[in-house]
Amino acid sequence: MWESLDSWIAATGAVAASACALPGCFLLLRRQSLTGDAISHAALPGIVLAFLAAQMARQAGWLSDAGYEASRQLFLLAGAVVLGVGCAVGSEWVQRRGGVEPSAALGVVFITLFAVGLVLLRLIADQVDLDPDCVLYGTLENSVLDTVPLGSLVVPRALLRHLALFLLNLVLIGLFFKELRIASFDPGLANAMGIPAWLMHYLLMTMTAFTAVSVFESVGSILVIAMLIVPAATAYLLTDRLVVMLVLAALLAAASAWLGHAAALFVPRLVFPWLGYPQVTDASTSGMMAVVAGALLVAALLAGPRYGWVAQFLRRRRLATRIATEDLLAWLYRNAERGQALLPLESGRISQVTGMSRTRVRRAVGQLVRRRWIERTPDGLRLTAAGHTAAVNLVRAHRLWESFLAERLDVPAARLHESAERIEHYLDSQMLDELEAELQLPERDPHGSLIPRQARDE
Amino acid sequence: MSRSGSPATGFERNRLLGSAAICAVVGVLSWAAWIPLAEGAGPLQETGNSQSSGVGGSTSPFWGSHGLAFDYNTLVVWSGAVALGAGGGVVGVFLLLRKQALLGDVVSHAALPGVGLAFLVLELVRAGSGKWVPGLLLGAALAGFTGIAASTLLRRGTRLKDDAVLAVVLSVYFGLGIVLLTIVQRLPGGNQAGLPHFIYGKAAALRMSDVQVISAVVTLAVLVCLLLFKELRLLAFDERFAAAQGWPVVALDLVLKVLVVAIAVVGLQGVGLLLVVAVLIVPPAAARFWTERLDRMVAISAAFGALAGLAGVAISASWPRVATGATIALCDSVLFALSMALGVERGLLRRWWHLYAARRRQDEHHLLRACYELLAGERGGVAPQELCDGVVRVDGLVRWRGWSPQKLRRLLERGQRRGWIRPDPQGWRLTPAGAAEACRHVRNHRLWELYLVKHADVAIDLADRRADDIEHVLDPELVAMLEEELETGGGLPSSPHRVATEPTSATG
Repeated sequence: MWESLDSWIAATGAVAASACALPGCFLLLRRQSLTGDAISHAALPGIVLAFLAAQMARQAGWLSDAGYEASRQLFLLAGAVVLGVGCAVGSEWVQRRGGVEPSAALGVVFITLFAVGLVLLRLIADQVDLDPDCVLYGTLENSVLDTVPLGSLVVPRALLRHLALFLLNLVLIGLFFKELRIASFDPGLANAMGIPAWLMHYLLMTMTAFTAVSVFESVGSILVIAMLIVPAATAYLLTDRLVVMLVLAALLAAASAWLGHAAALFVPRLVFPWLGYPQVTDASTSGMMAVVAGALLVAALLAGPRYGWVAQFLRRRRLATRIATEDLLAWLYRNAERGQALLPLESGRISQVTGMSRTRVRRAVGQLVRRRWIERTPDGLRLTAAGHTAAVNLVRAHRLWESFLAERLDVPAARLHESAERIEHYLDSQMLDELEAELQLPERDPHGSLIPRQARDE
Repeated sequence: MSRSGSPATGFERNRLLGSAAICAVVGVLSWAAWIPLAEGAGPLQETGNSQSSGVGGSTSPFWGSHGLAFDYNTLVVWSGAVALGAGGGVVGVFLLLRKQALLGDVVSHAALPGVGLAFLVLELVRAGSGKWVPGLLLGAALAGFTGIAASTLLRRGTRLKDDAVLAVVLSVYFGLGIVLLTIVQRLPGGNQAGLPHFIYGKAAALRMSDVQVISAVVTLAVLVCLLLFKELRLLAFDERFAAAQGWPVVALDLVLKVLVVAIAVVGLQGVGLLLVVAVLIVPPAAARFWTERLDRMVAISAAFGALAGLAGVAISASWPRVATGATIALCDSVLFALSMALGVERGLLRRWWHLYAARRRQDEHHLLRACYELLAGERGGVAPQELCDGVVRVDGLVRWRGWSPQKLRRLLERGQRRGWIRPDPQGWRLTPAGAAEACRHVRNHRLWELYLVKHADVAIDLADRRADDIEHVLDPELVAMLEEELETGGGLPSSPHRVATEPTSATG
């Protein structure tokens, strides 16, 4: 099942993915994710043309066979980088000169270059041995077969190349970290500080094109975009700090490559025999890498600490519960003022008299009992001493705010309650003291109710 | 707009008639699809089928050669390409104006796993039925919708920006599609299912049944666009206004997305998922250079799309080993480049011509003003006759503006042609017409200078430069207002700053 070769495949993919994720973070922050996509498409004609040029140079005798083998990679890199950056520059030109909307300009340019690549690829099919499927989907599984000895280990050449690329990206980002960061978040400020934002822009474009074409043999030129943007997007959902984001993105990319290869090996083997197709034993690793990266994004989306949907839901529910408990406390206090100190025991009845929903009442009562702010007596619910203190502060906040609105802002009496009902949950005691001083210790609120003085915790 | 205040309750009659007429035209556009059908499918169709399966069976889907002659098959392919191009052009216009040009790309990429899943489901239901094209297209459409839904969800529910959302959805769906494709190819019959066709398209091997599906879908899509033209226009230009006016914006947006999915899905078969976006955005972007009116833009865009389909198929049929889908996309791009260069409304040539003409006019104005100032300096209220009497020397002009001798010579020749100046043994003289014209420009220049100095607190030294730019575009109405504001009394005011004259230039 999982052999040593698979480890090498996963490792090669992981390093390639991490190398992509680094420039991807900046693309994402600069809202140029689609530029990454466009560059990886536009690299196709560059690859084909470079291939053709290298082949012609060999046939013309300018390159020996050994020299061809050695320099082929350089030709490819140069061709793809030129066209990748050309795509970025061209789309900016079309956008500025032609007044075309940015994403449409990008689309027009990259689809043109891509179509050129496809046409060329087929036209020169006889002259070059360039498999289009390899360019588009990559052949991670085959690329690890080309190995070099390294000490006692035999290491795939692709792994070393990707490692070098990863380190190069790391060094470049390290060198220009401050400039890239400022230029990404605030190009105007960067220019004002004397940092050439355009230079950072082209550095990033070049880095992206270089990265995209270096790893296309492994993950394919189409799936490069997954490794550029998806881990970066996942990291962006998890943190607000750029350094953390870069580290997370690289780790997530590596994880999705590793898990992707594992999933490509094991998931079809688990699912398809059961469906009646025992011959399906594995699937495309590069495709699965993208799928796993997507799955990690969904996981971050749900379970992220700050922006995750679960965390947001819990936070919102906690706030709703707090407001419900406080409303209930204040309601109890007002009833006590009128001489009815007890609340019925059943939540249904409470819901009827207070107008809150039953689940909310149940949650609020549970909370209040746990905090010992109310207690259950045989006749009903009653405020405890601690609960009384809390309620006094709430009611004081409510009535002080009403007085303030009425006296200082001339808000009509009918509209006072609504505003105070909302704001009472957010006024702290210091603010209340200031309000009280400002209004010179008012006795009663505009509706004529007594404003309680501050209650101290005993 | 007669009833912009209230949402439509029924369609106007002429709107309906117009739509029907245009749809008839679209129907005619795909004529080739129907005529051979009526004549009965000839034996040629068989060769078409064998070619397509030959392509699917080869190691790489766009490797095989289909040297098409202009025969029945070419006509079939032509009608499919033309219909697809026209439909993409029409729907794409609204997508472009809504700034969602790349949504088509997302839909087409998202459709791939739908094709794969549909194949698997069909195979599970009944072995061997996986090649049933309508089923595969249905799967593609459903998956395309989930792609749109996923991107909407991500955009609304997270802090990811639009571009990142599109990139994420596109790449993850495409990855899933590749996974399913590799699985399908290991199934019995999966290799012959021709699923890679959906990636690269099989325009050159389209069959009659495919073309019928394409033209039916396109005709429907165009009909919907025309019937909802006003609503979609409002949606494209000002969504919030539409919502405030009570139009069902969400439903209209959904309609547009349905249309995009429909075009993208039939486009999968035509040009392939990688190039669908070309059909959807390039013709509209090209049409944008030709007009500022939406109805014309839709018509031009449809015509461009159809033309690109026509030309693309013709080119790829004439030469061996030219991929049809990519050629259609390239023809779209050529049309775009031509439009960007030549477009009468926003094209570069027109823009450059405007700029060039404006520069020429400015130079002429500067020449006249130079003559005036060399003769009269900063004085105002100079009589035109006095200007005609003076001689302007060429070296004075060179010093005044820093023109190169060649440029000055051309400028002087132009001024002579216009009858503003005439040569003199010692230099040049203003004609009466030239003197009047010169007075007009000097007045514009000085009025603006005075205004800047008086009302905008601009330093006198700077005012000259600023007025240089503005003097050419002041219309008579504005000049009158300036005169009233500055109380100059309608005459030619003197300059607020000193103007160096040449002591020897005015001979009187």
